[in-house]
Amino acid sequence: MLEAELKKQLRDFSLELRIQVNCGKILALMGENGAGKSTVLNLLSGLLTPDTGSIRLNGRKLYDAASGISMPVESRRIGYVLQNSAAFPHLTAAGNIAYGMRAHHVPKARIPDLVNYWLDVMDIRSIAGVKASSLSGGQKQRVAIARALATGPDLLILDEPFTALDAESTAKVKRLLTAYVRDLRIPCIVVTHRITDIQDIGDTVCTLSRGGIVWQGRAGEIPDSAGNTEGSESRN
Amino acid sequence: MARFPLQPEHYRRSLTYIGAAVLVASVTLYLALPVAALFFRTTPELFFSSLSDPYVRSALYLSLATSVVSLCIVVLVGTPFAYAHSRYTYPGKIVVDTFIDLPLVLPPAVAGFALLVLYGRVGLIGKYLNMFGISLAFTTVAVIMAQIFVASPFYLRQAKSLFEQLDPAYEQTARTLGASPLRVFTTVTLPLTAGGLVSGAVMTFGRALGEFGATIMFAGNLPGVTQTMPLAVYGAMQGDFNIGITISILLVIISFAIMVAVRYLASRKVPHA
Repeated sequence: MLEAELKKQLRDFSLELRIQVNCGKILALMGENGAGKSTVLNLLSGLLTPDTGSIRLNGRKLYDAASGISMPVESRRIGYVLQNSAAFPHLTAAGNIAYGMRAHHVPKARIPDLVNYWLDVMDIRSIAGVKASSLSGGQKQRVAIARALATGPDLLILDEPFTALDAESTAKVKRLLTAYVRDLRIPCIVVTHRITDIQDIGDTVCTLSRGGIVWQGRAGEIPDSAGNTEGSESRN
Repeated sequence: MARFPLQPEHYRRSLTYIGAAVLVASVTLYLALPVAALFFRTTPELFFSSLSDPYVRSALYLSLATSVVSLCIVVLVGTPFAYAHSRYTYPGKIVVDTFIDLPLVLPPAVAGFALLVLYGRVGLIGKYLNMFGISLAFTTVAVIMAQIFVASPFYLRQAKSLFEQLDPAYEQTARTLGASPLRVFTTVTLPLTAGGLVSGAVMTFGRALGEFGATIMFAGNLPGVTQTMPLAVYGAMQGDFNIGITISILLVIISFAIMVAVRYLASRKVPHA
């Protein structure tokens, strides 16, 4: 279970919130541009440090201002898919997926099989040997998701993971994600703007505005005022 | 078009083309002719026979050795420096930036004189070094120090801007995948900036190889000790003219190779945001 209490002074407002995600559940994080959604993910992953608060993952303290604990990013075991996917352009699709396993010291002999497994799961076996710099946006995104899942993280966070994907791949990745999160019983946070994403995969929903939670509840109960930010976002 | 070749419109257009051609040709000739003149003043036999001249040999060897050492020092110290400099903000950063760029506009003779004032036998630091029997000026070490001072901006500026341009998402993602900062630097940052870094290094090597002003002020012109190729060309003016031509041609060939390398490497883009 993920329990986080975060406080961070941003340029325009102060981000202050408390979130809790149970194992095997997906929290959908919504809100208008600049509401602080990506900041929350950066704070959880350790790319940013909160001013105060605490982050506990399955009882393990990732960050605790009171006792001065701040675990480095690479030790947090958080699978993070950034908004612009960031598939390493100098590595092949397979090399990208293997990157996290190598960093986690997975035995060398096991890596090729695991890479192939993830290439098959993501339906990208045919591009295994292609450098990421020549892949399409959707392919890069699938590589990035596979790369994050392949490390076997304790927490999965994804920043708008479906934007670059076509309808068919989106449906497939959604099925895969929900199965992965449920089977491995890890908490997961997905930032999204699309109400359909939330209905498809979200268990609970948080809507952010200016760094605070303005609505939270179960995915099936989103009021129109809290949920639909699609219109205001799609202009970007 | 061919039916009315003397129509005013065509007439004007061909005048423009002729004007442009003359301009391009004269600029190119102005730059290329002096270089070509070197090749006209010698014969292949003369060139190859003077290559084995000990005067040429020692200058060539000294130039290559000192430039390689300078380059290694600039790359080994400059790469982590440029990385730290581009990643963090600190007070006085703009002052540091100015000092990095200064050698580009500072006359090399002034640079050499300044080095002498600081490290010379009676210099501000040199007089203390002298008490321990360490003398820097007019040694091979002085040649390297002069080259580093004058040539390092080429690498530092390039490395700095490459690290600034690189999309931070790559490094951030690598960290979340479990890579330590050092591993991120060697497996993500360096490979993604390698082309640009090498082209900066090649430029630095070229500048070090051509260093004259700072070297002659701070290191002097001692054959075999501080007499690099450009100094040897200067020396040959008073002696064997053919030797001067041979060394100059060698430097032209090396410079040309450097420019070709830089062009090739610069065509490889850095992925950025």
